[in-house]
Amino acid sequence: MKRVYVNEEWCLACHLCEYNCAFANSGEQDMAYALKGKPIFPRIHVEGDEKISFAVSCRHCTDPICVKSCIAGALSKEDGVIRVDQDKCVGCLTCILVCPYGALAPGEDGIMQKCELCLSNSCGKPACVAGCPNHAIVYEERQEVLS
Amino acid sequence: MKQYVIIGNGPAAAGCIEGIRSIDRHSPITVISEENHPVYGRPLISYFLEGKTDPEHMLYRNPDFYERNRCRVLYGRKAVKLQKRPKRILLDDRTELPWTSVCIAAGSGPFVPPMKGLETVSKKHTFMTLDDARELKEAVGPDSRVLIIGAGLIGLKCAEGLHALTEHITVCDLADRVLSSILDAPCAAIVQKHLERHGIRFLLSDSADRFEDCTAYMKSGEKVEFDVLVLAVGVKANTSLAKEAGCTTGRGIAADSCMRTDVPGVYTAGDCCEGMDISLGARRVLAIMPNAYMQGHTAGVNMAGGEETFEQGIPMNSLGLLGLHIMTAGTYYTEEQGGECYEEQTKDRLKRLYMKDGFLTGFILIGQVERAGIYTSLIRERTPLQNVDLEMLKKIATTAAFSPSARKQKFGKEN
Repeated sequence: MKRVYVNEEWCLACHLCEYNCAFANSGEQDMAYALKGKPIFPRIHVEGDEKISFAVSCRHCTDPICVKSCIAGALSKEDGVIRVDQDKCVGCLTCILVCPYGALAPGEDGIMQKCELCLSNSCGKPACVAGCPNHAIVYEERQEVLS
Repeated sequence: MKQYVIIGNGPAAAGCIEGIRSIDRHSPITVISEENHPVYGRPLISYFLEGKTDPEHMLYRNPDFYERNRCRVLYGRKAVKLQKRPKRILLDDRTELPWTSVCIAAGSGPFVPPMKGLETVSKKHTFMTLDDARELKEAVGPDSRVLIIGAGLIGLKCAEGLHALTEHITVCDLADRVLSSILDAPCAAIVQKHLERHGIRFLLSDSADRFEDCTAYMKSGEKVEFDVLVLAVGVKANTSLAKEAGCTTGRGIAADSCMRTDVPGVYTAGDCCEGMDISLGARRVLAIMPNAYMQGHTAGVNMAGGEETFEQGIPMNSLGLLGLHIMTAGTYYTEEQGGECYEEQTKDRLKRLYMKDGFLTGFILIGQVERAGIYTSLIRERTPLQNVDLEMLKKIATTAAFSPSARKQKFGKEN
């Protein structure tokens, strides 16, 4: 299936992906109105130091330990996409305890939110990819590991 | 055609059903459910007390789960005997079920030690099931004074839930600290102070000498008046059925990495069993929900003739208490045991990383839990610490501490 991948050698640590993510999931029409002067809670996060940087978002694992670990049955996987049912989530953060990628963080209200590939928001395809100025984030099908 | 029987109907049973159905779509599955509820997230009962969820949202799987997986659920029934020749399970209503493969996922029950005068207490509760929580919620009003016996995970989550209903909560424990199974004294003190700031009162290193109706006379001499008593001293694995059937049992039912007991055709999963803890290198009861599901899944796959092993079990907890998040995992080796500990502490935050022989074996995180799964995976996957930037990892949990090639391997593949 298609996944979001990051080519870290091209990442500029500009954090635009975080803003585009937060905007795409805000439900607002205007980016400035949605984000200006507010703390943002994106579902993708840039990590690294002065030497290397890269963005991390949900890997939509084939064998997802977060889904297996969720105490509320709030995480599920359908058609390859891992989604969270926010009405069921109680914010226990067990998914954060187990995600080996460190890809998950709660929303402003303490309830989990996560990358669902922008499939159900107005963007329709990953906003982080669409807005990445250096094509460091891509959305593609990969079969093998390139090492 | 096989006849699968699952004794129990918690998350381990749900895992077992999904494990079986990943291999065998057709053979009948019968689930014996003592509780009159479809599988629900058991740890959610404290959130139910608090009013943060309701029985409908506590359902662990969609309402059509059993139907879709072609399972017959016998609600309100209890297995009383597991017979090997002929292979039959006897139920409390005297019916018999034939089996070719059975999974004991019977969970655990409250452990209530004998206490003098306990029978004179009219309003006493345990806190293990949805029905327990319902009864407790019914019994507690804004003026109720509640005494909770036990400052472990169950007692404190119960206190958190009750805090939304009443301001008068006292928690006592024989141990000198809260959460004594997962925290040492300095860590426990942070949690205790936090809860005290919210008005919860503690009586530690103390226990009830005797009860007289609504009064507890403590060993320390203190007298505690209460309206509602909650017994959260501990839990014990439900092993008697397995033991009688000839399975080896200790604190739990002994299982190998395929979740087989030593009786052919009999598997076990969840809080009733003992599995391998790789951070300890020994078997122990890993009574936490993620492990229950995963063990159940492994049991199911193997029952259906597939191959799966559960080899990365470790104790781990993610626990929120009135806004303070605590995460713990693995084994904390002391210096005498050859371990090494990194600690970082500010006012309300604490991080402890425990290492031994070049591996991360455990951690305690209080108040800062971001990306903790990276630490957890280092323990579970036994990643040699020489392969990562340990100094960076001590400061923050980040995959930036991995080498570029390891990161490419980790993030570049379908996983």
